Amino acid sequence: MSDPAKLPILYELMLRIRRVEERIADLYSEQEMRCPVHLCIGQEATAAGACAALERTDHVYSTHRSHGHYLGKGGSVRAMMAEIYGKATGCSKGNGGSMHLVDLSVGYMGSTPIVGSSIPIGVGDAFGAVLRGEKRVTMVFFGEGATEEGVFHESVNFAVLRKLPVVFLCENNLYSVYSPMSVRQPAGREVYSVAQGHGIECHQGAGNDVAAVYDLARKAVRKAREGGGPTFLELKTYRWREHCGPNFDNDLGYRTVEEYEEWRKLCPLEAFEKRYLASGAVAADELRRIAERIEREVADAVAFAKSSPFPQEAQGVYAP
Amino acid sequence: MTRELRFFQALREATEIAMSRDPSVYIMGLGVPDPKGIFGSTLGLREKFGEARVLDMPTSENGMTGVAIGSALAGMRPILTHQRIDFALLSIEQIVNQAAKWHTMFGGLMKVPLVIRMIVGRGWGQGPQHSQSLQAWFAHVPGLKVVMPATPHDAKGLLLASIEDDNPVIFIEHRWLYGMSGPVPEGHYTVPLGIARVAREGRDLTIVSTSYMTLEALRAAERLAEEGIAAEVVDLRTLSPLDEGTVLESVRKTGRLLVTDTGWKTFGIGAEIIARAAEGCLASLRAAPVRVCLPDLPTPTSAALAARFYPRAIHIWKEARNLMGLAGAEGRPFEPPGVPLDVPDPSFVGPF
Repeated sequence: MSDPAKLPILYELMLRIRRVEERIADLYSEQEMRCPVHLCIGQEATAAGACAALERTDHVYSTHRSHGHYLGKGGSVRAMMAEIYGKATGCSKGNGGSMHLVDLSVGYMGSTPIVGSSIPIGVGDAFGAVLRGEKRVTMVFFGEGATEEGVFHESVNFAVLRKLPVVFLCENNLYSVYSPMSVRQPAGREVYSVAQGHGIECHQGAGNDVAAVYDLARKAVRKAREGGGPTFLELKTYRWREHCGPNFDNDLGYRTVEEYEEWRKLCPLEAFEKRYLASGAVAADELRRIAERIEREVADAVAFAKSSPFPQEAQGVYAP
Repeated sequence: MTRELRFFQALREATEIAMSRDPSVYIMGLGVPDPKGIFGSTLGLREKFGEARVLDMPTSENGMTGVAIGSALAGMRPILTHQRIDFALLSIEQIVNQAAKWHTMFGGLMKVPLVIRMIVGRGWGQGPQHSQSLQAWFAHVPGLKVVMPATPHDAKGLLLASIEDDNPVIFIEHRWLYGMSGPVPEGHYTVPLGIARVAREGRDLTIVSTSYMTLEALRAAERLAEEGIAAEVVDLRTLSPLDEGTVLESVRKTGRLLVTDTGWKTFGIGAEIIARAAEGCLASLRAAPVRVCLPDLPTPTSAALAARFYPRAIHIWKEARNLMGLAGAEGRPFEPPGVPLDVPDPSFVGPF
């Protein structure tokens, strides 16, 4: 870990993501959150580690599975929860839902669920920053399925051509909904190696090791900020619950219980606690204080969302 | 001062004025800075504004549309060009799912000030994939504005208004209008989006037209006038938002409606305009409305086939007479004998 002072914040970001999503899963059966939710429980380290390497003024774009990225970038828990509940106080005033989160105050620019579709927009944001002489880095999150989309390649090509300040952050969780890698990409070919063909610097890392993620992201962000151009990071991780919804779905048979159990042992939070509590790098009571604060935040956000009014009118179609 | 300019010169002048007035405007597209300069409409811009604002791009229509959207979110005002609509189809995902929706789906926090210029080809063997006129697709999607100028004056004023608009605008140019001349004021002016133009006044029937078909409609109206029929020609100019008021006002006055569009007939602009008339002023209609549009067939390439495929003034004239309840007439051709029908005018010698 290159920056031990960051350890508490990495833990806080991961735990916030975990507890917000577990609360969503607990409450989902009440049927008051009337929109799809794509939970990233098990994948918290990629979001937390990568976002912790960014400044508040840097920009993030993401996908359908974006709660972690939104919270990692510092997005409002209240506004996200209210959005999922379809309330007027939600971050998109009820027009977006879980798949369309935004918080401009922290540079979280937006999530969209069409696979790969936010990648060129993030690249364009970086291009716009360069044209305007603004010094910021744009990080674009996507899954490994997006690397199968043409627009991914078009976007990486342009980012390399123009040496844009972009970090392409690929979370490889092995499945596109229920379709495994084996039916989508040739065996033995690493995802990052395809990006490499575009002449972009690529790294592959352990997505459940938050410190490793942070270190990789920090180098890529620093390089982008200094004018060194884009980087592609492939982080291997695993979603614990179903593709969409609050439940576990190992009964469906598209993946094995053994595989799930192997990844379950690699829980990013448990790994963090084992490693840094034992070494004394972080103090147990500090982590406990963080956990208590997050419990209050989550309870407050749910109460806020539930008590907020529904919107009366949809957002108008044109900007005035 | 107003002087005569050609359509492509009006487009170029509008772009130059917009870029001079606002440093956030930039133009990007395959061939924008090349020696042909998008049929002349971008010539000289690279020299004046430099490489940073006048860009060629990778052959990546979908990705580059996303890049344009992202740069618009970041505060730029991109103009993206396609030399044919048919190539822009590669970017439908970014246009429909993203550009059209970011403002609404994020609760009004975002805006996408983006102009996408697309050209409709016709004649000289453009064939099935260089001639589609898909304005109805775009006009179907809430969140997009769709503009189709018919005159050099409107090309300049509508392009300036589109660039200054805070929403994504699909700006559709007909290739056969590029060489047409008309009066164009100097300096900055805008033609507001969403307002149709009464191109010719008349009391007997209303011809609603789009883009190049406005020229054919005016030719037909000329001959109808010789026969004592006063046709009113309403050039829509903007399809979305649609100026329903001007259309209905005209139909209430004339009681007869003919729609002529550069696109296909089925589920097209004609269908929408006639539906609006049925909803808005059915009692005023004294005859069943008529559409003069493309037959529902991919465009044939051979000049012989294309000549029969495209409706022209004579088809509008015939349908207008039918609407008026006049006996069928073959009518003398509008074009003198021997004039080729696959070019906008005899000076056009290809290749595209």
